[in-house]
Amino acid sequence: MSSIGTGYDLSASTFSPDGRVFQVEYAMKAVENSSTAIGIRCKDGVVFGVEKLILSKLYEQGSNKRIFNVDRHVGMAVAGLLADARSLSEVAREEASNFRSNYGHNIPLKYLSERVAMYVHAYTLYSAVRPFGCSFILGSYDQDDGPQLYMVDPSGISFGYWGCAIGKAKQAAKTEIEKLQMKDMTCRELVKEVAKIIYIVHDEVKDKAFELELSWVGEVTNGKHELVPKDIRVEAEKYAKVCTTTTSLLHGISVTWVQNNSTFKMGKKKQTLNISLLSMVK
Amino acid sequence: MAAYMSAGRSENAFSTHDFVPEWAQEEVSTGTTIMAVEFDGGVVIGADSRTTTGAYIANRVTDKLTPIHDHIFCCRSGSAADTQAVADAVTYQLGFHSIELDEPPLVQTAANLFQQMCYRYREELMAGIIVAGWDKRRGGQVYTVPMGGMIVRQPMSVGGSGSSYIYGFMDSNYKPGMTKEECLHFCTQALALAMERDGSSGGVARLAAITEEGLERRVVLGHQLPKFSNT
Repeated sequence: MSSIGTGYDLSASTFSPDGRVFQVEYAMKAVENSSTAIGIRCKDGVVFGVEKLILSKLYEQGSNKRIFNVDRHVGMAVAGLLADARSLSEVAREEASNFRSNYGHNIPLKYLSERVAMYVHAYTLYSAVRPFGCSFILGSYDQDDGPQLYMVDPSGISFGYWGCAIGKAKQAAKTEIEKLQMKDMTCRELVKEVAKIIYIVHDEVKDKAFELELSWVGEVTNGKHELVPKDIRVEAEKYAKVCTTTTSLLHGISVTWVQNNSTFKMGKKKQTLNISLLSMVK
Repeated sequence: MAAYMSAGRSENAFSTHDFVPEWAQEEVSTGTTIMAVEFDGGVVIGADSRTTTGAYIANRVTDKLTPIHDHIFCCRSGSAADTQAVADAVTYQLGFHSIELDEPPLVQTAANLFQQMCYRYREELMAGIIVAGWDKRRGGQVYTVPMGGMIVRQPMSVGGSGSSYIYGFMDSNYKPGMTKEECLHFCTQALALAMERDGSSGGVARLAAITEEGLERRVVLGHQLPKFSNT
């Protein structure tokens, strides 16, 4: 999908003859190189899940966080250049703080995401600066608005979503998200599903170890955005691991069944397979 | 000759033997009675209509109930100039904010904007304001922003120089859960009592009811005001 700019891609202040701003598109490619982050909105809250690849065994656990707190009721999950994302989280924090100071109440997420998107967009107008190389998902829970989910990308547009994904496996993640009936789910059910999706889209071959970062905000946390407590996260990861290995096991079964197309042999295989399935679930 | 409500403003810029009459040296004040009451579905606000410069009544038919937005009003007491200036500034800020948000503003936001300005310029201003209105999220609300720049939400609030005379009436007659008509009746009575006793309040009683449907204004003329004493 890569196209050569040939001279029209040197600065963000230049259009190409077919009407594209290449620098912005390259910024979006930077996001696609990063590992996946997803956010899903359910009927009583929002859950974020980030596949945080561990690049070195020497890292402390929980370092290089990719989920930020923007205000008490707002969380932000990022993908792309982490340094750019950190700087934008500061911008978002300032906006939220100024709003509260001027108007005396929580900032509505639609307004916050528009303000930050405006800021991101400003950096796509000039040749003196480069666009931000990160996308981020903002989520909040408020007494008046309920749960809200917005995503901002490097071009500076923001949309509201029920579920969205950013990063390298975003297409696969989106397919999984679309299967969910999130409007009827609660946060507790959704945490497990989010963990499952991250485990599904994680590529065991290309990327080795990863840490699952989960956070939520909703009625269950009384409107406060925080990391999912350890016991719930462990339970969600267990569920996710079971689901992903069962899926791959079932895949394996169907393949062997097709290969050995005789009832006698299938009978024997069935027995052994049942035993191994039981041991798995335990 | 007490047209002011607070001490600390007793020094005049002019000396007493200038060739300007004393009443012209006094600041124009809305020595006043203002009040606002919440009910289920909206608020009722009321004020008298007297503006004084010293003992002279500069305007006997003043409208102290100022619209800030479609469903948000403020009742002004204190210096007429100060309150008009602050109300204009807040009207602008709130209008801008509402357009940015793309939805009608919250009463709480309007009250906070008043509070920010009244607190920041507390030394220069003399403004006691009651902000009242209706919004979709929390229904009818009354916020009082007295001089000094405090803010507190109350189910009912009175302000101005005439308010001191009706605290007793308020405390004994206010009941939560009144209907719109009961609130209007209650406000009319309270204003009449205050206007009777306070020299800086008088004229007509202006009332307004703000609900989701909109605004309903009423005027109770002097001779129509309820009388409490037989003399």
